[in-house]
Amino acid sequence: MRGIRTGDRLLHIWTWLVIVWLSSPIAVMILFGFNDKQSKSNTTWQGFTLRWYKELFDIADLTTALRNTLVVAVVSTAVTVVIGTMLGLALGRHRFRGLGATNFLVFAAISTPELVMGASLLSLFVSGNVPRDSVTIIVAHVLFSLSFVVVTVRARVVGLDPSLEEAARDLGATAWGTFRQVTLPSIMPGVAAGAMLSFALSIDDYVVTSFVNGSTVTFPLWIVGAVKTGIPPQVNVMGTLIFGIGVLIAIGNAIAARRRT
Amino acid sequence: MRRLTPYLLALPGWMWLAIFLVVPMAAMASVSLQTGNAIDGYAMTFSVSNYTDALGRYSTQLVRSLLYGGMATVAMLAIGYPVAYWIAFKGGRRKSVYLFLLLLPFFVSFVLRTISWNFLLADNGILFGTLKGWGLLPADFHVLATTFAVVGGLTYNWLPFMILPIYVALERVDPRVVEAAQDLYATRAAAFRRVVLPLSLPGVFAGVLMTFVPATADPVNAAILGGTANTMIGNIIQTEYLTNLDYPTASALSFTLMAVLLVGIFVYARVLGTENVLEAAAR
Repeated sequence: MRGIRTGDRLLHIWTWLVIVWLSSPIAVMILFGFNDKQSKSNTTWQGFTLRWYKELFDIADLTTALRNTLVVAVVSTAVTVVIGTMLGLALGRHRFRGLGATNFLVFAAISTPELVMGASLLSLFVSGNVPRDSVTIIVAHVLFSLSFVVVTVRARVVGLDPSLEEAARDLGATAWGTFRQVTLPSIMPGVAAGAMLSFALSIDDYVVTSFVNGSTVTFPLWIVGAVKTGIPPQVNVMGTLIFGIGVLIAIGNAIAARRRT
Repeated sequence: MRRLTPYLLALPGWMWLAIFLVVPMAAMASVSLQTGNAIDGYAMTFSVSNYTDALGRYSTQLVRSLLYGGMATVAMLAIGYPVAYWIAFKGGRRKSVYLFLLLLPFFVSFVLRTISWNFLLADNGILFGTLKGWGLLPADFHVLATTFAVVGGLTYNWLPFMILPIYVALERVDPRVVEAAQDLYATRAAAFRRVVLPLSLPGVFAGVLMTFVPATADPVNAAILGGTANTMIGNIIQTEYLTNLDYPTASALSFTLMAVLLVGIFVYARVLGTENVLEAAAR
């Protein structure tokens, strides 16, 4: 009996070690957003300051990059949610010709390495003389997010009781009315999860974007470009704010979900 | 009209995938068989010389990528399996808290996390600089620009993707099945090996699939943590495309990488058994 307990205790400690390991770069990022650095590089702790929070938008290129990232994320999420929900509904609810082929396409889009996806899109744009800007970035982001929305919505649709919709139709609702008042509310958690996932994927993406951006710079691209000259503390602050907002939304979601049940 | 509904619903998403996934692959296949340069343009010659040239020049990086990806995947499995096991069987009511803590890195940009590691592991940074100051490490000790740094970074960045599917598989295992094995005089180790482990294999399969492919093709960790001696195939493809504008070579390399990964997945699937694969793919 004693041996079993020790084993469990070791696994418990191991789990916490892994959690600490996974969180340590985040702690460093947050901490060095408060570093009162005097030299050019932000590598040693020199005292506490809120200066970088006040001067958050003082680097014009960085601010533009952050704005580009947010615009791309909002637009690509909106497009992805609409067409992804439609495709998820079709795949989860209906049997039609080409179902298998479409399922395969969705799976292929998830399993293609980002690098190959970016490279092949660039091949297409180069062959077709398409100029690269924020539009091509949005096209690419919709492409890699789409399957994730399809999969989450489809999972929700499959678990849905079709008799609810039939009841709505029997009670005289139009097709559109049934969709808006019965189907959509019941698949909403899947749609919302898909939307959050595609927003998160979009603001985080470096690899695919680096192929299709042309001269448009996004937040991750700007950071990689700045590695050689040193990352300014404003980047840490922006990372900290994005982290904080994301965590708050996730916790709020979890609380709301618990209250519902 | 009703019969048309599924087609109309599927059309926009289907077209997006066809135009921006299938057509570009075809475009890349076509470019990889062309010769020419960025200034004079390219002409289709159906020559496979791009492939032989590219492989001749960059086989080192290709092999290194597969090796690093494989090493990182094994490390993730070794580190992540015990964590998934403990949370699934002993996490109790705090299961979701532990999962949330494991997912915290996802709220920070991938690039920024990797740069944070570069910062933490810097030769005279807050960690090693301090230890060197105390005389605990020799002055020339360094981790950055080594294989260890790159494989460590890859392991770090995809570890949650390994833990989650294994956790999902283990969470479904009924603890009574394990008790039954022990009642039938299986030792704890035997119960794990013959009951729990086989039931968790679909999760392991999904985890390996979700981590090996992106880790092998990743250019970011090698660029930020690796220095010049640890270049991976992803860095080469990026440079050929974006700096050298050598589209035929870059396309040939991308195609080779994808083919190698597909073959790898296929062989791996055959070894583990097809049922597991279909089960994992269906999820």
